[in-house]
Amino acid sequence: MRPKTPVAAWVSGVVILLSAVGPRPGVAQESHIGNLTGHAAAGKKVYRRYCILCHGAEGDGTGENAMWIDPKPRDFTLAVFKCRSTPSGTLPTDEDLFNAMTRGFVTTNMPAWLPLTHQNRADAIAYIKTFSPKWRTLKPGTPITIPSEPSATIASILHGRELFQKMECWKCHGPAGHGDGPSAKTLTDNKENPIPPYNFSTGSRFKCGVTNQDLYRIFMTGLDGTPMPSFADDIRPADAWDLVHFLRTLQPLETPEAAIWKSWLASHAQELKPIGPPGTAQ
Amino acid sequence: MRTPYIALLATATLALTAGAGRVAPSAGGTISGKVTYTGTPPKMKPIDMAKEPFCARLHAAAPVLTENVATGPGNALRWVLVYVSAGEQGAASTTETVRLDQKGCQYIPHVLVLQPNQPLDIYNDDSTSHNIHPLAKVNPEWNKSQPIGAPPIHAKWEKPEFIPVKCNVHPWMHGWHLVLATPHYAVSGEDGAFSLQGLPPGKYTVTAWQEQFGTQTQDVTISGNETKTITFVFKATPY
Repeated sequence: MRPKTPVAAWVSGVVILLSAVGPRPGVAQESHIGNLTGHAAAGKKVYRRYCILCHGAEGDGTGENAMWIDPKPRDFTLAVFKCRSTPSGTLPTDEDLFNAMTRGFVTTNMPAWLPLTHQNRADAIAYIKTFSPKWRTLKPGTPITIPSEPSATIASILHGRELFQKMECWKCHGPAGHGDGPSAKTLTDNKENPIPPYNFSTGSRFKCGVTNQDLYRIFMTGLDGTPMPSFADDIRPADAWDLVHFLRTLQPLETPEAAIWKSWLASHAQELKPIGPPGTAQ
Repeated sequence: MRTPYIALLATATLALTAGAGRVAPSAGGTISGKVTYTGTPPKMKPIDMAKEPFCARLHAAAPVLTENVATGPGNALRWVLVYVSAGEQGAASTTETVRLDQKGCQYIPHVLVLQPNQPLDIYNDDSTSHNIHPLAKVNPEWNKSQPIGAPPIHAKWEKPEFIPVKCNVHPWMHGWHLVLATPHYAVSGEDGAFSLQGLPPGKYTVTAWQEQFGTQTQDVTISGNETKTITFVFKATPY
């Protein structure tokens, strides 16, 4: 190590001063997705061509199209994101944002951006991170660990059903998962816009994925900015898989869980206690 | 001039009561007073908790009233934050844990003041699940469930911000986490009274904040251990 010359010290001082000035849109910001590095400068071009009409020039979700759109486009200045692998209240990873952009958001105007190259998408992610100072002051959360999935059994499904009752999932999602629980109609997002709970009987994709792992992640991390809270403090990993198995039985899909459930129900339906407020028959 | 003698006497008394060689924490000036309203405020409405039978039963005798504008006798305004917004701020104390209760499907207290990084424990005292959803913007927004019998949630807020808090399961549940960098604050009681104590001599700007009626400020100069009395009057708008 060579002692710093006065000039070097001066330069590093200026660099520190500049970096302390705070966030400025357009300042170099990167995203890292696997081996890909996204650059905000390139991302700005992608954004201004494909994203700006909904998300707006300032990234605050008030682009020209926004008034016609429900649910509203994401406001990137808040840095609050639904689909994360990280705990509630933390920033998502770059991969989380990349996956969300790639997947699109079912039942919204946000399409799956598969026509854009991986590089384009990585660049756009780097650019949307320039809209909030949080990306400069905070680090993304540590992704939750998801243990490997045990096979679904009737025991795991029944235990998952108990959790659905105990954790009061039915308060919003409804006793049969139809999205019609007692609190469903009053739900609003963090901008006070009405938002419906997921209706399992549609069998549609989830906003944050399609797999059992995605489903696990959804209720363990919560969907920040929405009424869906994180259950990470309340549900143990093994129990979480049981809940996943039960939730699959609420969808009209041909899943292994649904098959196990149907054959068990055929001879045991009368043994089930109803889901809902204690003491009320469904 | 009698004042210096009185001040001296007051200081001596304080020093005595506080014990040898230690300045009493309450030494210094005081700004106290009352928050009131003029005009017609919105009525405090009874909250219908029928959708949560557990909480409805708890309040069967006397329903809980809305707290966004809480009034008391003599036009008093409750739940108004009064704090030093400019002037000698002093050091914020961050060690003592503050407690927030969810009890009978209400946040207790409705207005909770915290210092940056002060530990906060959130309890669910109800036989029903809650989710705590602080709608922070400067600090990170989060949303966590707290089922029946779950241990307290440990939290803290790093940056000063007035954060509305809600429970999505019980949409009437509404409260505030007010994160303040100054240790000089008070929340007005049912009688609208507040008191800021232990203020070193100096010039202060005192701000009163009411969640619906906004803010008011007054400049106050404190010398010695004097007590200054100020009043904040908010113009109430019915809706």
